[in-house]
This record gives sequence, C-alpha cells and structure tokens, in this order.
Amino acid sequence: MFSLEHITNEVQNWLSSNFSSGWVLVWECLIVIVLTTGLFAVLGLVLVLMERKVAAQIQIRLGPNRVGPRGMLQTVADTLKLVMKEGLTPDLADKFLFNLAPFLVMMVAMLLLAPIAFARGFQLWDINIGVLYISAVSSLSVIGILMAGWASNNKYSLLGAMRSGAQIVSYELSAGMAVLSIVVLSGSLQITEIIQSQQNGWWLFKGHIPAVIAFVVFIIAVTAETNRAPFDLAEAESELTAGFHTEYSGMKFALFFLAEYINIFIVCAIGATLFLGGWMPLHIGSWGGFNHLMDYIPSSIWFLGKTFLLIFLIMWFRWTFPRLRVDQLLALEWKYLLPISMLNLLLVTLIAILGWHF
Amino acid sequence: MSVKEYIQNVYNGVTSLLKGMRKTGYYFFHPKEIITQQYPDNRSTLQLAERFRGEVVMPHDASNEHACTGCTACELACPNGTIKIITRFDTTPEGKKKKALDTFIYHLELCTMCNLCVEACPTDAIKMAQNFEHSVFDRSKLTKKLNQPGSKIREGVE
Amino acid sequence: MYTETAIISDNTLAGPEGELVINVGPQHPATHGVLHLVITLQGETVKKIEPHLGYIHRSIEKMCESLSYRQFIYVTSRMDYLSSHINNLGCAICVEKSMQIEVPQRAKVIRVLMSELTRIASHELWLGAMAMDLGAFTPFFYAFREREMINEIMEDSCGARLTMNYMVPGGVMYDIHPQFREKTKAFVKQFKQKVVEYDDLVTNNIIFQNRMKGVGILSKEDAISFGCTGPVARGSGLSCDTRKIFPYEVYADVDFDEVLETGCDSFARYMVRVREMHQSIRIIEQLIDNIPEGDFQAKTKAVLKPPKGEFYQRVETARGEFGVYIVSEGGTTPYRIKFRSPGFSNLSALDHMARGSKIGDLMATMGTLDLVIPDIDR
Repeated sequence: MFSLEHITNEVQNWLSSNFSSGWVLVWECLIVIVLTTGLFAVLGLVLVLMERKVAAQIQIRLGPNRVGPRGMLQTVADTLKLVMKEGLTPDLADKFLFNLAPFLVMMVAMLLLAPIAFARGFQLWDINIGVLYISAVSSLSVIGILMAGWASNNKYSLLGAMRSGAQIVSYELSAGMAVLSIVVLSGSLQITEIIQSQQNGWWLFKGHIPAVIAFVVFIIAVTAETNRAPFDLAEAESELTAGFHTEYSGMKFALFFLAEYINIFIVCAIGATLFLGGWMPLHIGSWGGFNHLMDYIPSSIWFLGKTFLLIFLIMWFRWTFPRLRVDQLLALEWKYLLPISMLNLLLVTLIAILGWHF
Repeated sequence: MSVKEYIQNVYNGVTSLLKGMRKTGYYFFHPKEIITQQYPDNRSTLQLAERFRGEVVMPHDASNEHACTGCTACELACPNGTIKIITRFDTTPEGKKKKALDTFIYHLELCTMCNLCVEACPTDAIKMAQNFEHSVFDRSKLTKKLNQPGSKIREGVE
Repeated sequence: MYTETAIISDNTLAGPEGELVINVGPQHPATHGVLHLVITLQGETVKKIEPHLGYIHRSIEKMCESLSYRQFIYVTSRMDYLSSHINNLGCAICVEKSMQIEVPQRAKVIRVLMSELTRIASHELWLGAMAMDLGAFTPFFYAFREREMINEIMEDSCGARLTMNYMVPGGVMYDIHPQFREKTKAFVKQFKQKVVEYDDLVTNNIIFQNRMKGVGILSKEDAISFGCTGPVARGSGLSCDTRKIFPYEVYADVDFDEVLETGCDSFARYMVRVREMHQSIRIIEQLIDNIPEGDFQAKTKAVLKPPKGEFYQRVETARGEFGVYIVSEGGTTPYRIKFRSPGFSNLSALDHMARGSKIGDLMATMGTLDLVIPDIDR
C-alpha cells in the first residue's frame, strides 16, 4: 500500500547512514524547505484555478478554458505575468514596512504548516501543544495586514487594514472556542493524539449536536479570519477598491494573493483534522468490512479529500452571499457566535465529563 | 430580546442562507445550465438576427447592377455625416443627361447603425448587413466604397 | 464646496478634525460608470458626499439642435442606455404631438410592449449590479441570463441590442418579428420560474436584508423636495408613476398597479423595482395576444417641420420621469431641446440619504438609486 510514512522513513534511514547527525538535520531542513515552497506554489496554482472554476460553475459560466487543456495552465500564466510585472512602491509609503508586509503574511502561513499532519506519520513537527501553536501563530497574520495597510499611505488601504484588525481579533475568539471544544473532547492539544482519538469515528459525528455547532462556528470564524467573502471587508472591492493591498502590484501582490489561498488551505486542514479526523479513514462503529475497505484508501487522499471538501464549502459561501457591513460583522461575532460557542463549550465539557460521546 | 426571539433569529438567518446555498449548489452540480457562448469558436454556427444592424451594404445582383440613383436621400438622413455620395452625369442613348451614382462613400467609423439611411432610401438600394467584426489595424480601412467597380444602375429603377 | 486644490493635496492622510477625504470614482470598482464621489469620512462614517459630474458630458442637448426631428431621436438612446426604448419613445411622442401625427393602434401597442420589456431588462441589470455592490457576484449572472432573452427579442425585432432606435415619429421602424410573440411568451414563462431564484438568493437572504433595511432613509417630503421620481420616490410612498398620472400610448387601457412601498429605505426601493418587474410582466401578458392588426407606422412627410411653439412630453423610464422639451421655430431642426433626466435629481438626494451611515451603506444606497451616468451627464 502506498504510504508517505515509508518514504520519509527510508529517506531518514538513508541520510543517517551516510551523514553525521548534524548534516542529517541540515539535509532534512533543506528537503522540508523545498517541499514546503513547492507545496505553496502548487497549492496557490491549484486553489486559484479551483476557485475560478467553482465560481464559473456556480455562475453558469465556463471559467478559464483557453490556456492549456481545459484551462489548467491559466494560473501558471497568471503567475508568470505577475512575476514579470513591476513591483511599484508608492512615493510616500513607508518603504521598509511596505515591502516587508507581504513576506510577513507569507511567513505566518508557512509557520502554520508545521504541525499539520498530511498523512499517517507525515508531519513536520508533532509539537505537543499543536492546537495552541496554531491559534497563537494564526493571529500574527493580522500584523502583516495592518502593516500593509498602514505603510501604503493610502486611505483605502488604511480603512481596509483597520477593518481587518477588528475582524480578525474578534473572530479569533470564537474560532478558539470551537477548537477548544475538540480539545476538551479528545483531551489533548497534540495533533497526532487528536487524530488518533477519532479512530472509531470523527468528532463531528461522535460529539453529538454540540460538535456540529462547534464545527459551524469554526467554519464561520475561519472564513472571517481568512478575510473571505462574505467577510471580506478588508478588501471590499466595491467600497475600498482592494482594501489593504490596493497599492501592491506584481509579485508582492501575488504573495498576498497566495497567502490568502494558503491560509484557506491551512484553516481547512485544521478543520479537517479536528472535526473530520485528519488522515483517519471513515470508520463506522462495528462495520468491520466497511472499515477495512476504507483503510485501503491512502491516508493522504483522505486528508486532502476532507480539506478540499471544506475549501469547496468556503468557496461556495463566497459565491453565494453578499458582504456584511462592518458593524454587522462585529455584531455577528459578539452577539451571536461568541455566546453560542461559549454555551456550546459548556455543553461539550458536560458531554466529555459524563462520557456521553461515543 | 428574549431567548426565544434570539433562537428564532438564528434559525431564520441560517435557513435563509442555506436556501441561497441550495440555489447556487444546484447550478454547481448542473453544468448543463451553463449559458456561455464560446464566441470566436462558434463562428460557423453563429446565428445573428436577420434585422441585426452591423454595417450598411449595397446589394449588387449577378450582372453587377445596383439600385442606387444617387438621390442623396440617405446622405441627408444620416445624423453623423457617415455617407457621402458623389454623382456624375451619364448620357442616355436618347442623348439626355441623367444623374447617376459615381461613388458611394461610407464611413463605417462614424456610423451608429441607426438605420435612418435605409429607411430614407426610396429605391431600397442599401441595406443593413449582419457582419459585426469590424476591427482593423488601420482606420482608413473603415472608409468604404459601397458600389462595386464597373457597376451601374439596374434597368427600370428611377 | 470642494475645491480643486483639495483633490491635489489629499495625500495627507487626515483632513481637518481627523476627517478623511476619499475619492470614489471615476475609476473605482463600485461606481457605475464614471461617477466621481468625494466622500468625507469620520472613521467609517460618512460625513459628506459630493458628486462630481461631467466626465461623460457629450452635450447631447446642443447636438440635438443641429439634427432634424427624425435624426435627434437616435442620440437619446445614448443617454439612459438601459432604457433607450423609452427615451426614444418620449422624443417620438413629443414630435408626434407637435406635428399632430396620429399613430396607428398597432404601433402604440408595440411601443408599450417594447417599453415594458426594456423596463424589465433594465431592472434585471440593476438587480445584478445592486447585488454586486453588496459583494454578491452570482445574482448578476442569473439576472443577465434573463436579460439576454430580452436582448434577443430586441435584436430580432429592432435590429440592435442596446441602442435600438426603434421608435420613429409616426410609429415604429419595423413591424414586429414573426417570432416576437413566441419568444416573449417564452421569456415570460422563464421569468416567472426564475424570479424565485432571486428571492432565495437575494431578497430573503438575511445578510442582504440587514444590509438594506433601515438604510438610506429618504422620507416622502424629502423625495418631493429633491425632485425624485421613479422607483426611488415610489419607495418613499410618493405616487409619481407617469404611466398612471399622465397616461401615454395605451397605458390607460391596460390593467396594472402603481407599485408603492412606504419603507422609505433601501429595501423599499429594492422591493419597488422587483414588484415593478412583475407589473411589467402583467402588462406584457395583457397585450401580447392583443396586438391589433394594421400599420406599424403612420404615413409622415419625409421632412418634419413642427409649427412654432413649445412642446413637452414625459414618459416613465426604468429610472423615473423622463421629460422632453422641444422649442420649435418652425424649421427643420429644433431651436432648443431640454431633457429632464431622472438620474440627476435622484443622485442629488444621495448626500441626504447616506450622510451619517457607513461606507458600505453608502454603496448600498447608491446601488438602489440605479444610476446611469450618461443619463445624468448627457
């Protein structure tokens, strides 16, 4: 059976038999850097294309279909164009911060990749406070956005960045609460253990209605956190032209654009890990044959399938709903999502203590 | 706001959103509803309405004859000065001098396809054609001469 | 007033008292066409809006003075290009009035049918653009699907999709296409099926309702004093449908309701337009099978020379009351032509409506005004 775990182990063994332990670390770091950058590039291309195709299908259009077979190479061509474009810096902008911001946003996205388990035994860093690490690092991306908005010396950018700041800080809370409810159920902050605890069923199904509520709150909150429609107030093209990245062009703009999609991938991966069992195949109670059949599907396929399902859900939101107003956005969080998720956390705790979950 | 109202609000909101998602979801899973016309590819099957106004043309019959008497009614009817008619005097076999069309100049770049010239023409010598692909690299190519070289007025058209 | 120097020096971030002056338009994804709004903001709150016009001024009124009474009608298609049929109709009726031309009944019915189809097409486009202003892209494409059917009907009968120039003094330019009835009936059928989609996707959507209700309040008194007409005024409960008050063509004989909403907010204006589409469908259904036989155009002289005098005709376009005022000196060209465009007075109420609201609401309010900039600038 195809397994990424074997490959990593073989590479590890080969390296350690040929080099000293210090060099092994260096080589592994290099491999990881290449793989992450490669993954980023591929994800950017695939997700942008997917978004455009999903949008087109929903909007009874065809979408890109000229470059390459069925338009597959459209995003490659777009990237090529963005790379060749001149990266302008506005005259009165704070040049250092202006140029730093896109890299900061990108770096945060990269850091978040570390604790995600892509397949059985295929994980960069199985830190024992994985979930905490994710919530801590993900709140850093707002700094990059604020930096971009402030340094651009553009009023649209500033307004967009300020909106984004208020939004991300607020929605962090309910996203955290939703994540916490799974931590309570599984009793661990470590990603591998959370996945292992879903061996006999995913938390979405095992945790009764509170888990479903937590899942819904989580999806809404992360949609807001990644500045996606209907919460894309930081960009709000009909109000603020392009919000915080109005002044960016060329590759610097591309980095923002890429970071948006990478962030979607990451939050969906986290959602899939916490609620849908990560790389764990779908197991239903005592259906031995069925469970065995499911095990034959490689774990990486399971993980990617679940993640892309959630990504599709978020894209579906974007192409259906109108945008909220800035005060409604905050009202939704503070008046609805936060009280609901707090109450929900209590219920989840109750379930966990009494052992009502399966 | 009572607790009941609060729950009612949440319920109503979520159902309204789900209804919208059902609609867009329906279209996502029914690609047959796609209405895009792949324009340059479907040129061979493209059907334009017979009255579609693309440009002014002057139909000539097989013996290279048209119906224009050179009366300049179209030139007068045109709001933009799109049409310029140059006439000459032909001598008929009976020895009489008769006004005839020499050159029918049509400035496509000025034309707004309002159809007033076609309406004004007493002999139906000009009509609107369906061709709409007018882009050229040189503007002077848009100034057209509508009567074909060597053409003459059809017998019996006054 | 906003001066030129202020535009140049607006790279300072904060204005006096911490106010932010931002330009929305003329090149901005939110503005329809080339409208330029100078907005003074306090944080996210709108303090003042100043529309700047003139980016697409083509002096159409002056142009008309050098065109004959047959020729000037086509220019009016270029004003409110979304209801070009109705603009042309107003001009044609005004010329007919001055010349005392009796229009055949068939032409009158065709004119009304075309006007109502245009109204639906215009409202469909508005619905899509309005949803787009609020950040929902998808309804735009659904609305355009139905609009495309109308465009095809127009293309068949009138020969053009947008600037038809179908109304001529004395009737209509051509008779209707043989397939006109069939296609219009097919459209009515599809419209009735698909209009539910707009309700699911837009009207009943909780986000949309929250964005629209209680926003952009324009009271009835203010609507009168700003001279608002059309759906904007009817959303404030002001009865001003020219088709009812001063019926022209066959509007007096058809059965339809003037749509009135008393909400005075953006949602009321939205509902007026949506319900107006249904009323237009009602008019079309009544007339489509009852097009009388006869001429489609009255016999008129080749050169029209109205007698000396002043003539005025008002029609109801998709945006409100459109007036044509012709001063004739008895010659072949008008001495002076003045158009009363609905968009101009509706735009003037924007500052009053959106002051004190958030920027997002300003866009929503602007969307409900259904602005067509060439109509405002002329």
